[in-house]
Amino acid sequence: MTGLRELTEPDAQGRFGPYGGRYVPETVMPALLELEAAYREARSDPAFWSELDYYYRQYAGRPTPLYFAERLTRELGGARIYLKREDLNHTGAHKINNCLGQALLARRMGKRRIIAETGAGQHGVAAATVAARFGMKCTVYMGAEDVRRQEPNVFRMRLLGAEVVPVTTGSATLKDATSEALRAWVTNVEDTYYVIGSVVGPHPYPAMVRDFQAVIGRETIEQIRAAEGRLPDVAIACVGGGSNAMGLFHPLSAYPEVRLVGVEAAGRGLGTGHHAASLGAGEPGVLHGALSYLLQDEHGQVREAYSVSAGLDYPGVGPEHAWFRDTGRAEYVAVTDDEALAAFQLLARTEGIIPALESSHAVAYAARIAPQLPPDAIVVVNLSGRGDKDIYHVMRLLGQAGREGEAAR
Amino acid sequence: MTAAPENRIGRRLGQLRREGRKALIVYLMAGDPDPEASLDLVETVAGAGADVIELGVPFSDPLADGPVIQAAGQRALRAGMTPAGVLDLVRRLRARGVEVPIALMTYTNPVLRQGYAAFARAAAEAGVDGVIVPDLPHEEAGPLRGHLREAGVDLIPLVAPTTPAERVAAIVREASGFVYCVSLLGVTGARESLSDRFAPLVERTRRYTDLPVAVGFGIRDAEQARAVAEVADAVIVGSAVVRLCGETADPALRLRRVGEFVRGLREALGA
Repeated sequence: MTGLRELTEPDAQGRFGPYGGRYVPETVMPALLELEAAYREARSDPAFWSELDYYYRQYAGRPTPLYFAERLTRELGGARIYLKREDLNHTGAHKINNCLGQALLARRMGKRRIIAETGAGQHGVAAATVAARFGMKCTVYMGAEDVRRQEPNVFRMRLLGAEVVPVTTGSATLKDATSEALRAWVTNVEDTYYVIGSVVGPHPYPAMVRDFQAVIGRETIEQIRAAEGRLPDVAIACVGGGSNAMGLFHPLSAYPEVRLVGVEAAGRGLGTGHHAASLGAGEPGVLHGALSYLLQDEHGQVREAYSVSAGLDYPGVGPEHAWFRDTGRAEYVAVTDDEALAAFQLLARTEGIIPALESSHAVAYAARIAPQLPPDAIVVVNLSGRGDKDIYHVMRLLGQAGREGEAAR
Repeated sequence: MTAAPENRIGRRLGQLRREGRKALIVYLMAGDPDPEASLDLVETVAGAGADVIELGVPFSDPLADGPVIQAAGQRALRAGMTPAGVLDLVRRLRARGVEVPIALMTYTNPVLRQGYAAFARAAAEAGVDGVIVPDLPHEEAGPLRGHLREAGVDLIPLVAPTTPAERVAAIVREASGFVYCVSLLGVTGARESLSDRFAPLVERTRRYTDLPVAVGFGIRDAEQARAVAEVADAVIVGSAVVRLCGETADPALRLRRVGEFVRGLREALGA
């Protein structure tokens, strides 16, 4: 094994290299400074982590398995593929890791009300869940388009006692829901805690959310060593905002021999303009409180992202990913809607696991590279969430494709 | 720090102060509903007694703005307005002899996209006197402020009801032009009643600066403007005017109604 690297930490201004920072209205700046101080204190308090660990184990169902996907490996005919089963978490995705951490922090800060934004609804469900568990009021902002695409999750949130506010501005997706949640925070900042769902937003959110998700990477290191006696050659995760990916990558980033690959949504294709590949096709800019790679036009207007997967449909990305990209610590690739849909079906058919459309992007990239790798190579794919929420959407898409296929014949 | 050379904002607000009068600052969205209409609106609003015009640069994701200004920004973007187009508007106003002080209200990304130094030069060259960036707090403002100061343009800082005294002190220490006090917790937009949070904020701000103190966000009519002017040096009215612009399709009628509204505000503050 080569030498360990230092793990990345933001500087005093909350920057990873040039990325990150705090670009928010003055009204919420004092709240961000308060949050930063509260988190700094909690982070160095073993009691905070042991309580979080209790909820990880007893409530969320951690540790999640690292599963050897034997039939998928055989079908692809190359590297040995392991799946980190974040889909087996309570509420069906990695999002619960972060929400538990932030809920405990909010409680520590004496906040009784939380707000959140959501795209696919997984973060909204996780936020509504922890709000119910800790007896807090919860409001979730969700793009009207996503409310339509993710109906079961909307029902879940309401069942859990959360108020779901459909957002109709812009593309009515995650970007606009995030803007509206920030506006709501500006209005209610004195009694409300804003639970950001990914490694995005103003400092300290990117580093804090990463710390809560890093349990994924730490478990993976332990589990792959137990299974294979060594670390993986490649670790793959999908990237929208990038929290499941950073959760896996961050602990692994200390080991230079591990190749880290983030998979963005190429949507209908990078050349079509209908995609969500901010690291692959964006440029540095400021959105939602941080400087990072951003889909934007020549005038600095934010471009609407597109992906078949509501959770990846975001024009920005976490600042630590931007830094990993520039320094080459991680590489970022993109797969199309069609490839992700094929991977969705491939994993269902070979392993009996229906992945989230987000995670299907990571599976698709594994399917692309595994056949070219030697049989003793090890690939870990982060299965960030399960696909139950997507089955109606996919049913419509495949049904349509089927009819078009028949018409062509 | 060296004081920026006095520009139109400093001269105008200084003159009003010497005369013991209150300033009226009116926000208009540049390019709403189209660039030509914007030129006429700025002239009309200046003629009706606005002392400073705040000109909004339309942005796709205006975090600090409520529905009225969001919608105006969308209209302006659909009409093809760009950050460079806004500077062109200012240039044309100056060429027409309009001398009202102009402050741009923009978000960080369009400015960053152009580059802070290039933006500062272009803004000064076009005849802009001040810049307000609601998503650029004190901690991040240094680099842009440096370039603007060099160009003789003020970076107007915002303080909020949540800003504690020591933070107000740090923010105004670097300020020029005026200090923008956000009257309430929330985004731009007219409210039924005035917030009770602005008076203590103005008082807190005055402890640390001699600059004129302006209050904005949520002021919808002459009566509220008069109440705010009892404690502030300047009153900022935005969404109420922008709504009027958006509601009136006929250009001549729009100018007449906006002109009357602004004259009403001016009279409420004393002629």
